[in-house]
Amino acid sequence: MLHYTLRRLLAIIPVLFIVSIIVFMIVHLTPGNPAYLILGEDSSPEAIEQLEQQLGLDKPKVIQYFDWLGNIFVGDLGQSIYSEQAVTQIIVERLGPTFSLMVISMLLTIIVAIPTAIFIVWKRNTVLDPLFLSGSLLGTSIPEFWLALLLVLGLGVSVPIFPVAGYIPITDGLLGWLHHLLLPGIVLAAVEVGLIARMLRDSMLESVNQDYTKTARGKGVKESTVLMKHVFSNALIPTTTVIGVTVAGLLGGTVIIETIFTIPGVGQLLIDSIHRRDYPVIQGVVLFVAFVYVLINLIVDLLYAFLDPRIRYD
Amino acid sequence: MLEVKNLKAHIDTPDGVVKAVDGVSFIIKPGETVGIVGESGSGKSVLAHSIMQLNPKPPTFYPQGEILFEGRNLLQLQEKELRKIRGNDIAMIFQDPMSSLNPVFKVGEQLMEAILTHHHMPKSKAKQRAIELLKDVGIPDPEKRMNAYPHQFSGGMRQRVLIAIALACNPKILIADEPTTALDVTIQAQILELMKNIQEKYGMAIIIISHDLGVIAQMAEKVLVMYSGRIVEKGNVEDIFFHTSMPYTWSLLRSLPRIDSESRERLLNIEGQPPNLIHPPSGCNFHPRCPFATEQCKLIDPELTKRSSNHFVACLLSEVEFKEAKRLMENVEQEGDLKHV
Ligand SMILES: Nc1ncnc2c1ncn2[C@@H]1O[C@H](COP(=O)(O)OP(=O)(O)O)[C@@H](O)[C@H]1O
Ligand code: SF4
Ligand SMILES: [Mg+2]
Repeated sequence: MLHYTLRRLLAIIPVLFIVSIIVFMIVHLTPGNPAYLILGEDSSPEAIEQLEQQLGLDKPKVIQYFDWLGNIFVGDLGQSIYSEQAVTQIIVERLGPTFSLMVISMLLTIIVAIPTAIFIVWKRNTVLDPLFLSGSLLGTSIPEFWLALLLVLGLGVSVPIFPVAGYIPITDGLLGWLHHLLLPGIVLAAVEVGLIARMLRDSMLESVNQDYTKTARGKGVKESTVLMKHVFSNALIPTTTVIGVTVAGLLGGTVIIETIFTIPGVGQLLIDSIHRRDYPVIQGVVLFVAFVYVLINLIVDLLYAFLDPRIRYD
Repeated sequence: MLEVKNLKAHIDTPDGVVKAVDGVSFIIKPGETVGIVGESGSGKSVLAHSIMQLNPKPPTFYPQGEILFEGRNLLQLQEKELRKIRGNDIAMIFQDPMSSLNPVFKVGEQLMEAILTHHHMPKSKAKQRAIELLKDVGIPDPEKRMNAYPHQFSGGMRQRVLIAIALACNPKILIADEPTTALDVTIQAQILELMKNIQEKYGMAIIIISHDLGVIAQMAEKVLVMYSGRIVEKGNVEDIFFHTSMPYTWSLLRSLPRIDSESRERLLNIEGQPPNLIHPPSGCNFHPRCPFATEQCKLIDPELTKRSSNHFVACLLSEVEFKEAKRLMENVEQEGDLKHV
């Protein structure tokens, strides 16, 4: 297990290295001179040159890259052009709302998806199963923004149970926090529930007539125990990957949802920074998101080993 | 103790209804060993699973018959009542030991589950019993092996664990569906030996299922020969092996490799395709492949009839006719062999 963990950790290093190159290239090799974009069309060539010097943009790209990389190692992602705050500081300030949103939507997803899948597999020979299949397909096909607007209209405006926008940190009160995040959380979860429940149902149905379930039934074990203990524990292994991908995908989903519900998270920061051509922040946020992505994959790998003894004792 | 009466187990499929078990009757008495033999696809597993009521329903259904265990018809029992019988009174081991244990739970836990499902006792006591069971089935260092996972065992050791699971509640009947088919020859012999030993110690009846007549000859006292979902011959081992009276059984016996005969070793397969179980042949199901078939055989479906006290045969040929036909065929073959040499 230690071996496995170390291997996974080491495997991350080249990935992060490549990610950093790609992020750097996206920002620096896309057409458009940042200094020109920042100063606007009417700026004089001297002013542009001066700003380039100030930002280090006149140096060769390779040098710029290694300067940037070197700074990352000491936790310095540069300075915002717009607010002159440290990028690291800006991102940290925005983490709370985004992670809160992800945690709430993920909890909602799992609370709904797992019992649904188990129930459907239990009733696998009834009309519930085809109904579920259509339902989950519908769920995954709903555009997030449309559902968001619908819910805002319904539960925010017509019957104003929930606030339509804004965010309260958890430190200012659990209830207010939950109150503000429930609606956006539901929107994000709605899309993922179908996917995860479907995946879990599929892998449970694959296991449901495996030989080991016959052994369990042959012992006289209850069908519900066979499903919840024997089948579920095996089906969870492949489902973990999908859950991991989903969590990572939530990062993308939050960009839209944070904008609609004006939640001051990382997604909104990214959008704002793109509008302001604040490239150090863009770079920092994209790198950070990529890092979280890699981290989630690592957690999934470790979870895999935790759930599957065949990997744990390789 | 167990009486199967005219049992039919059919399976709904998109192509039609598979008549996997189609009118089977037999009796199992306490402590005896009954072998069920037949080509693969003849319905042995579906029959075994019917006794445990483990065939998935749907697609399986039971249009006819009774399975009486100690006077109660298992086909009519509630799931809750069946669960009290499964594992407790009737236990089963399966063909493939590699996939019959749950890969994510410890062997000890899976064994203790078998005990705790039927007996309320503290975990520590169940653990003690589990260790004893592992000892009984010949697993070395049982205390330590309790904490191992199935993938850390070899195929033979896993089958031993599965036997221990089946023994957990001291069942009255142990059904072994091809228990050695997936194993090496040497391991096969060890497992069969183990089954004999545990039968001596625990005294249960055993139903052993195999497509291998060698295994049946070694283990069984009584034999049921199955073909296309039916019993075509049944009797004591001697009846089946020395007074074979049904052309299908005879073909099975001939398909065994013989090392003792003076001519070269032969391995015959029974000619022709196994029967279609959705649209079985008319008359005697075996007639398309039977070397002795007559016109009559296409029309009349022979019933299982008594030849001697325990010996029953489903064939239109009388004993004398069958012997004569067999002799003729063997003569023809010998001439053929001589020509080849
Ligand atoms: N779940 C199923 N669906 C369709 N056909 C099945 C199913 N299970 C078994 N059968 C068919 O029933 C027949 C008997 O199968 P089985 O009892 O497994 O044979 P055996 O154990 O003697 O090899 C075979 O023709 C097989 O194809
Ligand atoms: S009844 Fe006819 S076809 Fe069937 S086994 Fe006997 S001889 Fe062969
Ligand atoms: Mg079989």
